[in-house]
Amino acid sequence: MIRFENVSKSYPGTTRPALGDVSLEIGKGEFVFLIGASGSGKSSLLRLILKEERPNAGQIHVLGKKLSAMPSRKVPYFRRNLGVVFQDFRLLPNKSVYDNVAFTLQVIGKSRGFIQEAVPDALKMVGLAGKSGRMPHELSGGEQQRVAIARAVVNKPAILLADEPTGNLDPETAQGIMALLERINLGGTTVVMATHAADVVDRMQRRVVELMTGRIVRDERGGAYVTQAVPTIQTSQMAQTPPSGAVSPGASA
Amino acid sequence: MRLGLILGEAFQGLRRNASMVVSVVLVTFISLTFVGVAILLQGQIGQMKAYWYDRAQVAINFCSAIDQTGNCLQAAATDADVAAVEAKLAEESVARYIERTEYDPPAQVLAQAQEFYADNPIGGLLTEEFIGGILNVTLYDPSNADVVIESVSAFAGVQSVDDRREYLEPIFSMLNAASAAAIGVAALMLVAAVLLIATTIRLSAFSRRRELGIMRLVGASNRLIETPFILEGVIAALIGSVLASGALAVIVEFWVKRELGGVLGGGGLLIGLGDALLVAPILIGIGVVLAALSASVAIKRYLKV
Repeated sequence: MIRFENVSKSYPGTTRPALGDVSLEIGKGEFVFLIGASGSGKSSLLRLILKEERPNAGQIHVLGKKLSAMPSRKVPYFRRNLGVVFQDFRLLPNKSVYDNVAFTLQVIGKSRGFIQEAVPDALKMVGLAGKSGRMPHELSGGEQQRVAIARAVVNKPAILLADEPTGNLDPETAQGIMALLERINLGGTTVVMATHAADVVDRMQRRVVELMTGRIVRDERGGAYVTQAVPTIQTSQMAQTPPSGAVSPGASA
Repeated sequence: MRLGLILGEAFQGLRRNASMVVSVVLVTFISLTFVGVAILLQGQIGQMKAYWYDRAQVAINFCSAIDQTGNCLQAAATDADVAAVEAKLAEESVARYIERTEYDPPAQVLAQAQEFYADNPIGGLLTEEFIGGILNVTLYDPSNADVVIESVSAFAGVQSVDDRREYLEPIFSMLNAASAAAIGVAALMLVAAVLLIATTIRLSAFSRRRELGIMRLVGASNRLIETPFILEGVIAALIGSVLASGALAVIVEFWVKRELGGVLGGGGLLIGLGDALLVAPILIGIGVVLAALSASVAIKRYLKV
């Protein structure tokens, strides 16, 4: 589904790479948490999957496609297979809930009939069936994020990327959002979620990929926010190029 | 569905950016009016050249009974004098430049003069003794007038030989200068229009950056994202160029036809409404193409950053 092979990414004007020699494989139907401090490379990783950035080195394959070989005019069609959710929701303030979700389908050229069926389905799935006529500012944060999720999944994407989707929400509302993401994942959609929310990660007991200064320092199935387990990373790689100032991943345990 | 979406987005952009759009309309209007004026002036020059050059380009004026200038000796030119000149013009060395000649005898010249001065007391005073015959010579190439002038100036009974282009050249050079000035202004204004359209489109894109971000994220094709902005520029320029075409029609109809036509007389000498209508599609074409190009470059560059 998603495969990173020795991917490095650095932004112009900075010496420290945002991602350094990252290799990662995410299979179909997985639910993966990306954790790590701010600036550890979580968002860069998501942006690379979306082909919003190109890596400086290494190869990225998403949905069986080699991103470096994809011409830029094909990128829009590629993105139709991905759904994205952000911390700040990114709804259109002058469109109703229904129109926000329908907009996605309109711009990719879906027929009116398809939109009229798919949008209510998606809104029902996120639990907002009765609020399709509301404007975003009339909704709570949790409801707005549900609209954003409905928008992300209305086109039935194979992969859902979520960048701190619960970052602006109280724990109880966040739990509702997580239940929703879990339900989407059970439907077969691969979910990759970057987060700082330790309680969410601990409760879900899913695969956890921890980044530190652009490197993967832990990749643990059924893990928690703070690991109790022996690190699964390749020790040889760590020994060769220890990230500067990084604590050994096991040390915090 | 998608056409409706694209048009909807374009009109939304036009509404949101109303003041900038109005300035684009005005700038394209003014600049294209100048373009149109330049084209029409060239048309006017061509029209006048055709009108005059189609008539005699060289006029050989024969002596009247009272004339003392030129080769005249206060005696009207005889038929023999005219025949001698015509014989000279028929010689191969001169004849190959000449398309045709036409002799107006004094009586006919007098009639024309009286008609011309119909509203003027001079008309009544003219008699045949003031008037000599005129041999009108039409050349294949008007710039060869000197050949005719040199070959017959010295003949008896010839009062003078006029190259009529000499009267027209100052008018043409004036019109050419006006046309060049109009082109200069038009070029500057067009540069301003292109830059203004680019700025307007960038502004419009900036005011819709939220939608643009979402459109790109969900996989809207580049063409779908760009087309509304290009349409926005094209619609504004289209309004401007239609206004410019209308302004030209008004100028031709009310100024050229009424004012100039009143002074110079109509009849093929002046351009008409038909010429203005021919220029309109050119103006609209220039406006639309320039707007489409500058808007498309502007939006592509905006989206790339």
